[in-house]
Amino acid sequence: MATQVNDPRVVEFDVRTDEMLVNMGPQHPSTHGVLRLVLRTDGEIVSEVVPHIGYLHRCAEKIGENLTPRQWIPYTDRMDYLAGMNMNLGWALTVEKLLNHTVTEKARHLRVIIGEMGRIASHLVGMGAYGLDLGTFSPFLYAFREREKILDLFEEACGARLTYSYITVGGLTADVPAGWLEKCEAFLEQLEPIIQEYHTLLTTNAIFIKRTAGIGVLSPEMAIDYGCTGPVLRGSGVDQDLRRDGEEIYTEMYDGYAFEVIVEKEGHYPKDHDYPPVPEEAVLGDCWHRFYVRMLEVVQAIDLVRQAMDRYRSSAGDIGEPVKLTQKLPAGEAYLETESPRGQMGFYIVSDGSSIPWRARARSSCFCNLSVIHEICRGCLIADVPAVVGSLDIVMGEIDR
Amino acid sequence: MAEYFVQSGWPVWLAYPLVALIHCALLLQVVAVGALLFIWMERKISGRIQDRLGPTRVGGKFGWLQTLADGLKLITKEDTMPGDADGMLFRLAPYLSLVASLSAYMALPFALGWSAIHLNVAAFFILAVLGMEVFGVILAGYASGSKWSLFGGMREAAQVVSYEVPLGLCVAVPVFVTGTMDLHTIAEMQAGLFTNWLIFHDPFTFITFWVFFTCAMASVNRAPFDLAEAESELVAGFHTEYSGLRWSLFFMAEYGSMFVVSALAVLLFFGGWNGPIPVMHLLGIAYEPGEAFRLTGYIANLLGMTNFIIKCVIGVTVMMWVRWTLPRLRIDQVMTMCLKYCIPIVSFTFIAAMLWTQAGWVTGLDVGAAVSQFAGDRLPARPLATVREGWLVEAAALEAMESTDPEETDEQGEPDPEETEVSHNDVPAVLDERHAAET
Repeated sequence: MATQVNDPRVVEFDVRTDEMLVNMGPQHPSTHGVLRLVLRTDGEIVSEVVPHIGYLHRCAEKIGENLTPRQWIPYTDRMDYLAGMNMNLGWALTVEKLLNHTVTEKARHLRVIIGEMGRIASHLVGMGAYGLDLGTFSPFLYAFREREKILDLFEEACGARLTYSYITVGGLTADVPAGWLEKCEAFLEQLEPIIQEYHTLLTTNAIFIKRTAGIGVLSPEMAIDYGCTGPVLRGSGVDQDLRRDGEEIYTEMYDGYAFEVIVEKEGHYPKDHDYPPVPEEAVLGDCWHRFYVRMLEVVQAIDLVRQAMDRYRSSAGDIGEPVKLTQKLPAGEAYLETESPRGQMGFYIVSDGSSIPWRARARSSCFCNLSVIHEICRGCLIADVPAVVGSLDIVMGEIDR
Repeated sequence: MAEYFVQSGWPVWLAYPLVALIHCALLLQVVAVGALLFIWMERKISGRIQDRLGPTRVGGKFGWLQTLADGLKLITKEDTMPGDADGMLFRLAPYLSLVASLSAYMALPFALGWSAIHLNVAAFFILAVLGMEVFGVILAGYASGSKWSLFGGMREAAQVVSYEVPLGLCVAVPVFVTGTMDLHTIAEMQAGLFTNWLIFHDPFTFITFWVFFTCAMASVNRAPFDLAEAESELVAGFHTEYSGLRWSLFFMAEYGSMFVVSALAVLLFFGGWNGPIPVMHLLGIAYEPGEAFRLTGYIANLLGMTNFIIKCVIGVTVMMWVRWTLPRLRIDQVMTMCLKYCIPIVSFTFIAAMLWTQAGWVTGLDVGAAVSQFAGDRLPARPLATVREGWLVEAAALEAMESTDPEETDEQGEPDPEETEVSHNDVPAVLDERHAAET
């Protein structure tokens, strides 16, 4: 016999197991667009996750150097296409900061209404798609059912359902039509009880808790180190929300609004809304908490929209006129971060004095949020990877721009 | 049926294949039409659950031909195979799945005496054959030459070792309570009021049913246990690389086995073809076990079959309802649930149900007996032990035949000269005895 069975090399060859490199994406159903994750797996256990991005790069920033700020607004829509309104707002405020332009009070309140409605719509998608990632299809459609109504409202206000270009430099392109506020109020009335349904189907569902609690734990230190923002950061228990802590040009929008940052403090979330208790298995910073922060932010946004509508009704004057399309920009630069639904969305503009910016840049919140994935996915199972990616709620359009 | 043909003068070599062919054709129809119906149902149910309408166009108002249209589309689709695939196994896998699912129907009694083969180990046979379906899935995962498929196949392998054990134990509980594996006998023992159904036999069979249903859902790869094809994790799992007809064969197999496990649940726990109130028995037209053809009995059997199918469809509907409501478990959680929770629970209920039966306590039957006293003697208040196994009766008849001389046998059996003639010529002796025992 040429080889002996007890020859260690033979045995090793027989039972040797290999690590396997698996490509998750860019055409994978649960990578939220065109994210490509290269997983190094040992059986079902993932030892390394490397995200590859760039499949949706459209040179938006370069285009921004060839257009006037108002012309670039539609391109910001296409960055975070699930929260176009909030993207418009971020860019508009940045340019206003450079121009030192202030919008009328009425426009400011309308911007809050629109921005918070955008947040609700975005979180509804995040929530529904998260259910989809975990293998339940129905909550996704329930979420989209409500989102459709928000899109209907937006369509009535600006004529578009996805890429709005509604909030623009110097205000908004138009005031909302008559009767819009009543419709919005009716929608909020109808949405509020439905949130309980989402909690039943997802938040408090035993299988959902099993799949998300204790998975992908992101410690507050790590979240800060990687520059995570938004619900991802707050899900880790860091008390940071630009609507309260941001620059003045942004926070003055929310001046006098009663709201509390949704973050866990001493084991409790702000008590101003009914919410299901935190399950025992959940660890601060895990997928469940990230999801939960989004759910509570929806409730909070409803409240904020109501407050904003009252203020909008009572404020005098009109929403003002947007700046000219070819408004000359003062030489200089401005950078502003706003609290978009996915985190702190920063815009940077440098001007040499012409009406076209010399540089236009965006700081993506999802990019930073995604960058932690190799840390929090290490050692989890393959089934947890969609759960973690979904809980980060990334939009590739914003990462790649 | 074959015996009938042989008796009426058909040659044996022709009668048996012919009858087998008829049975196969009938069962194929059940599976094919069943799959059409169930896929349509799944769409309508999921549509209703999700505030949609579901299909509405094809075939009139309810879109009931949608599945057929999709089937046509799938048949005309190109049958692709990845370059890395193991060709033979790749082609074999869907057939293996479908054949396993189909074979289970062979032993499935749809009404008293109405099964393709009357097996006295039918419960065991169905479990064993359904277990075979897994091989198709594992083969598909292995042979596809795709990493996602491989994951799906391996998950299925991990899943099967975890659910098969509690599933088998769950089936063992009613089997031990009734003392038989013959699904005919098990179902017939539950005749009478619905209180006779085994799920109401004692608290432990009640628990056992829920464990059985959970494991059954795992065995047919339905959400929340559809890990092998988890579309959000493994693209499409084991059938990622399949297209066209082969893909649809997997689906036929899945829907086929959904019906089978549901039928098994109905037979073992929900009285099989016996309705909640034994109308046919009250009218006195239901077949007695082993009775010869009678038109009224035939009609009663037909209604029993309808009853049985309705119960099965309800079971399938519940599975669909669960699928469209719950998120998917993770593979380790499925294994934990099956091995660490289901097995201890069902082991306990198994022992407890044994003791309960041995102690002779009866819950359901008590009520049934009380009602039957009230309703007069027309209710078939059949104590469990009196229904004899078919093979026991046969064995007794055989013994009786052996101990007596041929003339007496003829008197005991059917004194039909034709029949004895045939039996003397070429029909196997067993057949003759069985016939004698039945009459």
